[in-house]
Amino acid sequence: MHLTPVGLEHYLMVSAVLFCLGALGVIMRRNLIVMYMSLELMLNAANLALVAFSRFNNSLNGQVMVFFIITVAAAEVAVGLALIVALYRKRQTAHVEDLTSMKL
Amino acid sequence: MFDDFKPEDVVWIILFLPLLAAAAIGLFTKRDGKFSAQLSISAVVLTFLVSCGVFLMFKQTVFDTKLVTATPLNWLHIGELKVDIGLRLDPLSLLMLLVVTGVGAMIHIYSYGYMKEDRCMGRYFGSLSVFMFSMLGIVLANNFVMMFIFWELVGVSSYLLIGFWYEKPSAADACKKAFITNRLGDFGFILGIILVWATLGSVNFDELQQRLLKAPEAWGGVAALAGFLIFCGAMGKSAQFPLHVWLPDAMEGPTPVSALIHAATMVAAGVYMLCRVFFLFGAHSNWPAPLAFLNGVTALDLIAWIGGFTALIAALMAVQQNDIKRILAYSTLSQLGYMVMAVGLTGPTAAMYHLTTHAFFKALLFLGAGSVIYGCHHEQDIWKMGGLNQKMKITWLTFLIGTLALCGVPPFSGFFSKDDILAQAAQHSALLFILATLVAFLTTFYMFRLVFVAFTGGARSEAAGHAHESPKVMVWPLVVLAVPSTLAGFWGIDRFIGRNFGGDHAATTSWLDQLFAPFNHSPLAALFGLLATIVGFSLAYTFYAKAENDPLPEKLGALSRAMRNRFYFDEIYEWLIAATHELVSRLAEFVDRWFIAGLGVRGAHGTTELIGRALRLAQSGNLQTYAFLFVAGLVVVIWFSLK
Repeated sequence: MHLTPVGLEHYLMVSAVLFCLGALGVIMRRNLIVMYMSLELMLNAANLALVAFSRFNNSLNGQVMVFFIITVAAAEVAVGLALIVALYRKRQTAHVEDLTSMKL
Repeated sequence: MFDDFKPEDVVWIILFLPLLAAAAIGLFTKRDGKFSAQLSISAVVLTFLVSCGVFLMFKQTVFDTKLVTATPLNWLHIGELKVDIGLRLDPLSLLMLLVVTGVGAMIHIYSYGYMKEDRCMGRYFGSLSVFMFSMLGIVLANNFVMMFIFWELVGVSSYLLIGFWYEKPSAADACKKAFITNRLGDFGFILGIILVWATLGSVNFDELQQRLLKAPEAWGGVAALAGFLIFCGAMGKSAQFPLHVWLPDAMEGPTPVSALIHAATMVAAGVYMLCRVFFLFGAHSNWPAPLAFLNGVTALDLIAWIGGFTALIAALMAVQQNDIKRILAYSTLSQLGYMVMAVGLTGPTAAMYHLTTHAFFKALLFLGAGSVIYGCHHEQDIWKMGGLNQKMKITWLTFLIGTLALCGVPPFSGFFSKDDILAQAAQHSALLFILATLVAFLTTFYMFRLVFVAFTGGARSEAAGHAHESPKVMVWPLVVLAVPSTLAGFWGIDRFIGRNFGGDHAATTSWLDQLFAPFNHSPLAALFGLLATIVGFSLAYTFYAKAENDPLPEKLGALSRAMRNRFYFDEIYEWLIAATHELVSRLAEFVDRWFIAGLGVRGAHGTTELIGRALRLAQSGNLQTYAFLFVAGLVVVIWFSLK
């Protein structure tokens, strides 16, 4: 059996699949925490693509970008989770259907 | 700056002295009536003296070479339109200058007595000075635009003075009526000016004249139309049919104002303007296509007939008026009709001659009427006067002189000028000659009706019984004005103005020759004129010498009622205006209701609201819907950018 070497396409495929799963999760899941996890998934899909590009183009720029994304994402998680906790305390729910007070 | 001073620049003083007085009164001294009056009177007397000086200085020059112009100020220069503010001296403007300032000075002095009791004397004299300024501007203007500006200023000052007693509703209405009616005519005037400028490329009188001399065909097909439009201005200012309705109502102003503005000078401005631009009128009788039915009629024909018609109807109306000022007002209308007719019959000299003599004797008559009104404690109905010849001797004598002059009795000034007009009519149109003779007859009839009823017989009311002669300051102007009213026929005024229209230098003849000149020159006109006067006088004597009330209404019935009611012109106009107004307002209401409010306002707000309601449905507030729409949008964008 002959295995083709793993190339850029494969990484990008995986990245795309992960991104779509993340997006689907954001759209379909009702729980805010899970939606938040899906968002993180989308970010990491992007990270994967960047690292793959960096590796196959022999350039470190992509990896530098990934470090930044991870850092910012960590900060963002801290803020986001805090917001969700605060919201939960106030409304006793983390389901998006119940949180529609933004409309007119 | 005085290096290039020319003697003719003195004329600027004439123009600006009254303005200076008006400004001083308006800004500083209005509260002090007496002082304002003295200021205004000294300004106008000074203007008169300077005018006399200018007249003597340039009389010979203009008599020979015809034109002197004071250094013009370059006022407006846009593209091809070049408008100067320049002062023009020729026989026409020199004569008019003397008439306006001379008569004006007399009336200013007279007003000092007449308005003594009025608490707004300052305002009165300020307005008079504004009027003098604007009138002199018309007289001296050397181009159409400048003339139009002063023309409007005259309209404004006339408005101010007619409405001087603005607490009286009738006066407030009269001044509005005068102003609006004048504006109607001025609308035609400015269209005419624009047409002249567009066709001939200049607004300067002298340039226009030169261009037309060089190339009379420059007119193209609009000559008759332009002439008629310019005449519209005169129609408003000189109160010619159909815009004559404002003048009788203008008698609501103080009597000296009626004398100065609505008898002697301002209403004559229309005739003056026609004479000033007489070179524009020619034998052109082609009208533009929409007015093709007028082909074959020149502008001058129209002017002559409108003038003649105005003279006739105004004289008829005057026969049945009872207000002393209104009789004189209709008489003014009628005489203005004479002048306009004379212009139309290619006799501007006769028109200006009559304008000059008329200014003297009509000012005299009005001031006399003012003196009568003053003496009778503001009674204006002639049937409540009577017997005034005993109590107001000077007023009576001067009024009689004015009447004789107006009726054209030789050797008073009116005889010569009226005879000129009749001769002009006899020469050109038999029909207009008959009409003019008829008017002459009517003039004598209504004037002597006034004289007999108001001055002779016994007093018919208590006010007339206690009448007294007016103070000296009012009587002296009457005496002074009586002199030219009597003698102006011998001064060669017609020869002097004739130079403006290419007349020859006739040698000065003796007084006796001049007296009989009309009979030698055009015996038909002179004899018929005299005959009309005699018939008019005898009829008036028969009816009114001993009358206690007016016998005519019984004899004439409906005709007399129509005359008294001014042939119902005011009512017809009122009905016409009301009908037009109704029509226009209904149309405007329809457009407003259905197009502006319906389609415009309600349409716009309805559409916005509908779209808003639809878009509101998309705002669910659900985070996931937004996220879905966002992703979907993104997919669409990617799809399109990759395709």
